[in-house]
Amino acid sequence: MRSEGRLNWGRALIGWTVALGMFFPVFWMFLTSFKTEITAVATPPAVFFHPTLRNYSAVLERADYLAFAKNSIAVSVGSTLLALALAIPAAYSMAFYPTRRTRDILLWMLSTKMLPAVGVLVPIYLLWRDLGLLDTVFGLILIDGISVLPIVIWMLFSYFREVPAVILEASRLDGARQAEELFHVLLPLCTPGIASTALLSIILCWNESFWSLNLTTVKAATLTAFTASFSSPEGLFWAKLSAASTLSIAPILIFGWISQRQMVRGLSFGAVK
Amino acid sequence: MTGAIVTKPIRRTHSGWLLAPSVGLLLLWMVVPLAMTLWFSAEQYNLLDPGKKVFVAFSNYVDLLTHRALWIAMGNTLFLVGLVLGITLVLGTLYSLLLDLDFPGRNICRLLVIAPFFVMPTVSALIWKNMLMNPVFGLFAWITRSLGFGTIEFFSRAPLLSIVVIVAWEWTPFAVLILLPALQSLNPEQVEAARLDGAGRVALFRHIQLPHLLRPMAVVAMIEIIFFLSLFAEIYVTTGGGPGLDSTNLAYLIFRDALLGWDVGRASAGGVVAIVLANIVCIFLMRIVGRNLEDSK
Repeated sequence: MRSEGRLNWGRALIGWTVALGMFFPVFWMFLTSFKTEITAVATPPAVFFHPTLRNYSAVLERADYLAFAKNSIAVSVGSTLLALALAIPAAYSMAFYPTRRTRDILLWMLSTKMLPAVGVLVPIYLLWRDLGLLDTVFGLILIDGISVLPIVIWMLFSYFREVPAVILEASRLDGARQAEELFHVLLPLCTPGIASTALLSIILCWNESFWSLNLTTVKAATLTAFTASFSSPEGLFWAKLSAASTLSIAPILIFGWISQRQMVRGLSFGAVK
Repeated sequence: MTGAIVTKPIRRTHSGWLLAPSVGLLLLWMVVPLAMTLWFSAEQYNLLDPGKKVFVAFSNYVDLLTHRALWIAMGNTLFLVGLVLGITLVLGTLYSLLLDLDFPGRNICRLLVIAPFFVMPTVSALIWKNMLMNPVFGLFAWITRSLGFGTIEFFSRAPLLSIVVIVAWEWTPFAVLILLPALQSLNPEQVEAARLDGAGRVALFRHIQLPHLLRPMAVVAMIEIIFFLSLFAEIYVTTGGGPGLDSTNLAYLIFRDALLGWDVGRASAGGVVAIVLANIVCIFLMRIVGRNLEDSK
């Protein structure tokens, strides 16, 4: 028993070292966000210092930060709603009215993700320009919504499949129409599953950077584009950058931590439950 | 039995229209841009001179394939994809094995390990570029100086490796996110039986845990390959593809041709190369994975 205990502490030491090491860059950024610009670049690096909230107030006072944040919220929520609106009926139909082709359709949907985004950058850019969607929130919602659609369908399909068909059949016998069956029976039963699907979709769209860097400039630029603008070498504003970054990642990090167990299903396309 | 009787007539009610919007949109998404990329790649078409569109068949490809930029970018792309994939799979497996063990605070450790995956790529790249790897004020510079190694200019001396480190840090958590639950879904009785048969840790991993992880590993590899082929933000924020072409991958090369050079024809030809590469890699990978799965049965 004693050797077992010692083993546990050995494991704990390695485990905690690895965990703290992986988390360190995030922690360091968090710490820097409370420094003044001068202590942020001090050598040796300052670990003990008088924390200040000035960076946060400076970032929040800049009207453009809030505009970028608003765009990020609009894009991630908008694309998630778009994807859910398309995916719920599709997953419902495939889960409860499967045909011979259902399996193939699901696999085909997955295969659309095999098209690397960069391969279609040029046509999408030109199409978006001609349709007037360049640098618009709607344009980004559309493309992010389509990008997450296969994942959302797969995830919902796997949740819907777990609902015993008997429950839906009972409502059918009561004469419920398809729409009633979907809205009054299935959706309430699957609320947790739909919620974690939505959360995963929001996380993916929030962090999406390829399209938001290439299809937006000013008006529809999201927080990913905003933080990228800090990459210019003129002037080191590490403390403000850290404060802005902390604000940008905090909600998503918390979402991710809450829903990590459920989202595995969506991320692995059902390979892991 | 009643189920069969009830579902039969219901099945005649059409539910295809529920599926149609999703299928239609994805079909459009797949076919239209792909056709356009193929079409543009056969044209001489520069946005700075849009009136002068000329059909040139394969000359964009010839131009691209005979220019060393493409081969450098392709090499960099494969280097990035291969190395990061290897690192994330090995570290992801090791971390998962570690977090699968019982020790105080392991749930908190799991949360800390997966955190980097939720950090947006531009922020991750900036944290590493500035606060850690900056040659003057960065934490690493201070450490190397204190140890007497002097200053290392990470992004000009080893730009591609620096990007590999950043991307591996972002994506190792993804491997853990998938592999750890897969490991935990292993039947405990099977593990116990192997232990009773005298299997050590290594044998247990090799004969029980690893075969069980192959399918989720394949999923991790597929998803990572697709993302890594379009790796962009990390390069855009840190090195801008430089110095020279040292850290330019296919995605960045196409971005440069398209949105900095406005050369639609050449960028599209590059896009077709990227798509072909993605498909070769994926088919190749699926083959290997398929064979491994059969072997392990």
